Amino acid sequence: MIRYASRRILELAIVFVGVTFLIYLMVFSLPGDPIAALGGNRPLPDNVVAQLRDQYNLNDPIWLQYLRYIGGLFTGDLGTTFDGASVSSRMAARWPVTITLALTAWGIEIIIGIGLGLIAGLRPGGAVDRTILTATIIATSIPVFVLGVAAQLLFGLQLGWFPVAGVSDGWPTAYLLPAVVIAVFGLAAVSRLMRGSVVDTMRSDFVRTLVAKGMPNSSIVGLHVLRNSVAPVLTFLAIDLGFLLGGTVVIEGIFNLPGIGQLLFDGIRTHEGPTVVGVGTALIVIFLVISVVVDLINSALDPRIRHD
Amino acid sequence: MTEKTMSENQSTTVLSVRDLSVGFRVGGQLIEAVRCVNFDLAAGEALAIVGESGSGKSVTSLAALGLLPPNAEIAGEIRIGGVDVIGAGPAGLASVRGTLAAMIFQDPFGALDPVFTVGYQLTEMLRHHRREMSKQERSQRAVELLKLVEIPEPEVKLASYPHQLSGGQAQRVMIAIALACDPAVLIADEPTTALDVTVQRDILDVLHRLRERLGTAIVMITHDMGVVADFADRVVVMRDGRVEETAPSRQLFSAPRAEYTRALLAAVPRIGAGQREHLPEDERTVLEIENLTVEYRGRRGRNIRSVDDVSFRIREGEMLGLVGESGSGKSSIGKSIIGLAPVSGGRITISGRDISALSRREMRKLKSHIGFVFQNPSGALDPRRTIGQAIAAPLRVHDSLTSAQLSDRVSKLLESVELPAHWSARYPHELSGGQSQRVSIARALALDPSLLIADEPTSALDVSVQATVLDLLRRLQHELHFACLFISHDLAVVDSLCDQVLVLKEGVSVEHGERSQILSSPQHPYTHRLLSAVPYPDPDKQRRRREDPLAG
Repeated sequence: MIRYASRRILELAIVFVGVTFLIYLMVFSLPGDPIAALGGNRPLPDNVVAQLRDQYNLNDPIWLQYLRYIGGLFTGDLGTTFDGASVSSRMAARWPVTITLALTAWGIEIIIGIGLGLIAGLRPGGAVDRTILTATIIATSIPVFVLGVAAQLLFGLQLGWFPVAGVSDGWPTAYLLPAVVIAVFGLAAVSRLMRGSVVDTMRSDFVRTLVAKGMPNSSIVGLHVLRNSVAPVLTFLAIDLGFLLGGTVVIEGIFNLPGIGQLLFDGIRTHEGPTVVGVGTALIVIFLVISVVVDLINSALDPRIRHD
Repeated sequence: MTEKTMSENQSTTVLSVRDLSVGFRVGGQLIEAVRCVNFDLAAGEALAIVGESGSGKSVTSLAALGLLPPNAEIAGEIRIGGVDVIGAGPAGLASVRGTLAAMIFQDPFGALDPVFTVGYQLTEMLRHHRREMSKQERSQRAVELLKLVEIPEPEVKLASYPHQLSGGQAQRVMIAIALACDPAVLIADEPTTALDVTVQRDILDVLHRLRERLGTAIVMITHDMGVVADFADRVVVMRDGRVEETAPSRQLFSAPRAEYTRALLAAVPRIGAGQREHLPEDERTVLEIENLTVEYRGRRGRNIRSVDDVSFRIREGEMLGLVGESGSGKSSIGKSIIGLAPVSGGRITISGRDISALSRREMRKLKSHIGFVFQNPSGALDPRRTIGQAIAAPLRVHDSLTSAQLSDRVSKLLESVELPAHWSARYPHELSGGQSQRVSIARALALDPSLLIADEPTSALDVSVQATVLDLLRRLQHELHFACLFISHDLAVVDSLCDQVLVLKEGVSVEHGERSQILSSPQHPYTHRLLSAVPYPDPDKQRRRREDPLAG
């Protein structure tokens, strides 16, 4: 286990360095000069430009800039934006919104997705199964922004159940509508995956054994079938949490939620290199940590893949 | 249990099947699987239901516990301890399953839930059926049950997961689970078919002792006449969904009434029945293996040695039987000859040429002189190709023939394996297992090989089919005079077919020599154990062997 863990951590470190460097390179090679952009329409005096470039180390070779940045990361310094604020404090203000949104969506995916999949998988080919299949196909074929605007119109304006935008109402009312909208895609995938998994498990020999043992249906389905079927779905769910955290740009725009997605979008728009790299790095760390957690969860659920 | 209650129980019927018919509705059509089956099982009795695949023996046993799929249509009556199983609703079935009657299956690993411990799967049953037991009583009972099925270190094994057990241990755990609530009837559906002979012997021993101690009545579903002779008091012979004959075991073996029973018994290969004329000494050596070692790379750089210093030679027209249990390395030897196993030492010489010295191209040419027949006939044939195309494939690759010559050759090959030539347009799924295996043999012989490697070619087949395929192999070898490496776990098959026998254990050759000498007077204790583990298809002889294992 220790061997396995240390190998995973080494892999993690290599991926981390590789990906952050790529992002860093791409962001700072974007066309356009951030210093020139600071001045707006008026060109800045040459000596000011030179001083600013020097202050932000923009004259150094890119690898040295990167090393300095990584060094800062380990001391908790995520860099400074061009208007002088620290990137970490900016992100700190935004994370709670995004995390709340992503976790709400994730919860919806888990409960409804696994539930629908289980119901469909117990009677494959039945009316319920076919209805769920049709509904999930329709739901996944609608783009997120259409779904988001439609939800605002129906539940926000016409029915007035939820606020149309903003977070002033707090959790859960302000978050429920956008969370459902971004959960729809993953929810459909989870229910399809779960359905297939349940159908396979129900066919296996050990389910027949359990019936022959005289176990009640509730314990066969609720315990044995559920636990055997859920492993492949969990892998997807964990990866999807990463996507939910990083993929909120559009939905935060539609529902005007001040989260990390909006910060990232603004950063890209205004050539805010440090912010973009900071958010990107944070998202990568989340993905990497999740991938390790997935492995640990999987081995906890299925003793056959425990590592020695 | 005292003498008196024992004899009282003998007279009561615990399971009765009356006019049982089962059909499966598939696409609006009713396919009949079982028709008008009748039998009774007395308390404490051991009844065998024997038959080949498609005989309906498994369907009958599944019907007894209401385990048939929803598309099954059942008529007749099955009574277990007074409960009518067919008429009973879910509640009625729940009162039978696990408590009055329990069941064990062929594949013990598949039958256990892989993600729960052995202990959990034992105690969950007690928790459901024996609500009055405390947690402590339950775990005590679990240990007791594992002791009953003779599992060493029961306390440790309770915390194990199924994949940590051996096949024999997993089947013992299944038996323990089945016995947890003292059922009156235990239905065992081919419980030893997936196991090695020595393990089969151990499991049968456990079942024997359980019968003596607990007086559980057992229904044994099997295709193996040896197991029947070893175990059953009475036998039901089934064929195509009907009962051909019901008779006490001794009577069935000594004076079978039904024609089919006689044919079935005649098809069973027996050790000591084989006879082959000796080959002249001066035949050319086709395959020579010297000090062969095969090592697979294991985890953490540790190598797993699967074949260790094995040597033998096969001459033209000769057949060598490579015998061993699972994991003995017998298939690795077969694979190493065609370059599919990592050879780490030794020399393989085919027709005088050392294969390690050959270039890739020469090796390919040499392979055209080697035919290969695998165990699973349907898996070895491409389902999207006709059998004619399958047989023609090696001819296309290695020979340049016109299409007329090609189809002529395919027809001849089909006829040589006793299939009609016009079947060449059929697809594998239209053939039975035995027919598919004939096609595999025809394909292996298409290039007129000097060496045929047959890896368990008849293990997946019914005995009557096996007998005809073995006859075919024998005849073809006589006509074509190829050398044959015959890999098998079945000593009786090897005895009926081979000239030489090599016994493998954990990669090491423990005994090697003339067939008659090895199988009639084995020198190594392992060979002896293998031989004595095979149940002999004769109840009296088998009982004597059971009482005195050295009697052979």
